[in-house]
Amino acid sequence: MIEARLHLPRDGFTLDVSLQLPAQGVSALFGPSGCGKTTVLRALAGMERAAGRVALDGELWQDDACGLFVPTHRRAIGYVIQEAALFPHLDVRGNLDYARRRAGTARFELDPLLELLGIGALMARRPDTLSGGERQRVAIARALAAGPRLLLMDEPLAALDAARKAEVLPYLERLHRELQLPIVYVSHAIDEVARLAHQLVLLEQGRVVATGTVGEVLARLDLPTARGEGAGVVLEAVLAERDVPWQLVRLQVDEAFSVWARDPGFELGRALRVRLLARDVSLTRAPQIGTSIGNQLRGTVEAIADDDHPSLALVRVRVGANPVVARLTRRSAYALGLQPGMPVWAQVKTVALME
Amino acid sequence: MTPEDWSAVRLTAQLATLTTLLLLLIGTPIAWWLARTRSRSRPLVASLVAMPIVLPPTVMGFYLLLLMGPQGPIGQLTEALGLGRLPFTFAGLVVASVLYSMPFVVQPLQQAFEAIPERMLEAAATLRAGPWDRFFSVVLPLARPGFLTASVLGFAHTVGEFGVVLMIGGNIPNVSRVLSVAIYGHVEALEFDAAHRLAAGMVVFAMVVLVALYVLGQRTGRAAERVR
Repeated sequence: MIEARLHLPRDGFTLDVSLQLPAQGVSALFGPSGCGKTTVLRALAGMERAAGRVALDGELWQDDACGLFVPTHRRAIGYVIQEAALFPHLDVRGNLDYARRRAGTARFELDPLLELLGIGALMARRPDTLSGGERQRVAIARALAAGPRLLLMDEPLAALDAARKAEVLPYLERLHRELQLPIVYVSHAIDEVARLAHQLVLLEQGRVVATGTVGEVLARLDLPTARGEGAGVVLEAVLAERDVPWQLVRLQVDEAFSVWARDPGFELGRALRVRLLARDVSLTRAPQIGTSIGNQLRGTVEAIADDDHPSLALVRVRVGANPVVARLTRRSAYALGLQPGMPVWAQVKTVALME
Repeated sequence: MTPEDWSAVRLTAQLATLTTLLLLLIGTPIAWWLARTRSRSRPLVASLVAMPIVLPPTVMGFYLLLLMGPQGPIGQLTEALGLGRLPFTFAGLVVASVLYSMPFVVQPLQQAFEAIPERMLEAAATLRAGPWDRFFSVVLPLARPGFLTASVLGFAHTVGEFGVVLMIGGNIPNVSRVLSVAIYGHVEALEFDAAHRLAAGMVVFAMVVLVALYVLGQRTGRAAERVR
């Protein structure tokens, strides 16, 4: 369990958060820039002195009640920031050795790390000769080489262009799959959060607005995450069936909830994360025939809320045990006579697959 | 060159070397403090360090003489400690030179320290490096061009001092007759040939130092780009 109770007056707002995050999986701190998420991360690392208490699995790192403050270099953390911050006077091997030499017995083996992050061929290179994506992968490997019990990442992809981001993301996914290492991940990009996070903490103006699993939080219509282009639900599915001639696979969320999607080439039975964007979901009162949309899910309207623009509404539909959010015009919602409890069919146009 | 001239050369080299080494020891923590502190006394300390750049050396020498003399607080302290008096001794010359050349060592170091991004030090801390470890494993290697510049400038500036030496050390062979004083003595005595030999040597020395400095400066620029 990662526990943090932090209080810190800043310009314009006061950071005041109380967090209890599971010491496993990826916990995302999400919010607009200036909401205090980086400050929280820095306080967990001991680089920012907020008033309060910080503990990892019962080991106290800070407790103002008894005047305890463990300095950064005595906390078993790994820390990765946007700019990588590799030491320019050392090559890649030197950077990794820097961490390993100081890690004591807790360190990870180097070879699996190189393999995990695909940097084996870069060992003799200088940081200034690496691409942004390579630099970031080396920075992650270096953080892990120090043998952390908690990995803190502050927008590790924010400085990268789309192509580099796509290069590094799969490595981040492998991190939490292959290492039993809790990660706290700061981001303002909803697609990164939807892809990587298990727990989601939503921050605004230095306060926690919502916290829960990423599925729960993203299905809520009352939060800022429900607005904007990236709004949508995240579901855990299993690759249940393959339609070989048409190159499609059926992704089963539960008995009542399956969607067809492009075949990603993974084996049957594999667990996948599925993201359904609200803008790709439409609603009908009866099942449609003669439509190009292959995914029709039977469900019940659960809630209706206003979207940012006055012409738009957000509708949450429960399909079996799982939610789907649709973005409609208010005129359509009125024309269909939508109200909570009503049975509807949700049509899903596109399914984004994530490992 | 006469044995007296060689003695002046040797004395100058000893004084400059000792002063530079002491300044690296004393100047490094001062430069580090100036580069990283948020204290409100920073401008005051920075100004004190920079004083020798703007003060006439004779003014500095005059006040140092008073401070170190039998009536001055430093003089009384050194006598109480059994060290005797500093004026007109080599030790007194070293103390005066350290103060006089301070800005030429502290300022390049301070600039080198300021160029090191805070995130480098934070990264080292998250990799379990304590404060001393961070200084030796990150700050020193990244500030190396700054240390070279500081050493060269501190040495060269000490070699070139005249006014302070005359005020504090006088013109005593083997104790305080350094090169600049010896040249002055030769000119006073109308020994222009002897003055030429020493003066020309100084010109060559200054040129070598400046070329070395500019070459170093280019490397420093490249190193600074790498950090960014």
